[in-house]
Amino acid sequence: MNQPDASIPENKIRFPGQPRDNDGPVFREPWEAQAFAMAVSLNTSGLFTWTQWTETIGALIAADERADTTGERYYEYWLSALEQLVAANTQISLDQLTTRKCAWDRAARATPHGEVIELGRDKM
Amino acid sequence: MPHDGHDEDEGSTLSETVLRVKALESLLVEKNYVDPDTLDQLIDIYEHKVGPRNGARVVARAWCDDAFRQRLLEDATTCIKEFGFEGRQGEHMLVKENTDTIHNMVVCTLCSCYPWPVLGLPPVWYKAAPYRARAVAEPRAVLAEFGVTLDDDTEVRVWDSTAELRYLILPMRPKNTEHLSEQQLADLVTRDSMIGTGLALEATS
Repeated sequence: MNQPDASIPENKIRFPGQPRDNDGPVFREPWEAQAFAMAVSLNTSGLFTWTQWTETIGALIAADERADTTGERYYEYWLSALEQLVAANTQISLDQLTTRKCAWDRAARATPHGEVIELGRDKM
Repeated sequence: MPHDGHDEDEGSTLSETVLRVKALESLLVEKNYVDPDTLDQLIDIYEHKVGPRNGARVVARAWCDDAFRQRLLEDATTCIKEFGFEGRQGEHMLVKENTDTIHNMVVCTLCSCYPWPVLGLPPVWYKAAPYRARAVAEPRAVLAEFGVTLDDDTEVRVWDSTAELRYLILPMRPKNTEHLSEQQLADLVTRDSMIGTGLALEATS
């Protein structure tokens, strides 16, 4: 039991309606890890309490009519909760986040595949 | 990044989700709300250093040392801290002991509060709607799906975690393990047995 058993598929569904998994990877994609670390870091520095965090993410989960039956959308809720708490507790507004998101999108599209994407790349 | 791809102009495209994360991270770093090195350290800790083996060490100690077991049941936060496992959110820990007559299991019905310092981050099913709803409504059926069948007269207690209070289950020590060392015992402690959705492994003779 010390090491994950590679022969068992991750997120194996053994019974209908009840997702299971092995001791698989903690994060499925790098963005999940980044969103996780930002929330923990901001909580540690006192931007919000963990009770505020669980209330925010809990409300998002409860409000989603497409119930997350596999647990795989968990970090999508996590990211939305993070955006809400950042907008509520910092100088960064939701509008700024949207503007910055579009800037990253333009930068990515101007960056040849395989090269590091940097902000402002589209203006070079 | 898994979401990187080509567009028609040979540029790169990032998914909406990845763009949102990059927007947050770049603004938070620019305005000094987060430090990129701290983020990298946090990811490393939770990917490689914190996991159910931490909890297994606590359980094995409790199986071997009855005075420690008593203290663990009375003040888990302090006992677990002695191993160097400390919560980042300042949460309190409670340990519930499984016996021949009482089986405890843990859920977070609100989101997915989980004892990170001793178990790492939660498995995907713990975060899923079916487990969060059914663990409370029909715990025996859920346990059966995890391969755990209990005697009819065993009482099942389901504990709902919160931001402030996290639970660790102390599973029953398997029979015929008197000859095993604390380290060998720790190898019998599974993650699920510390959530209460499993039992500790039998010793292989």
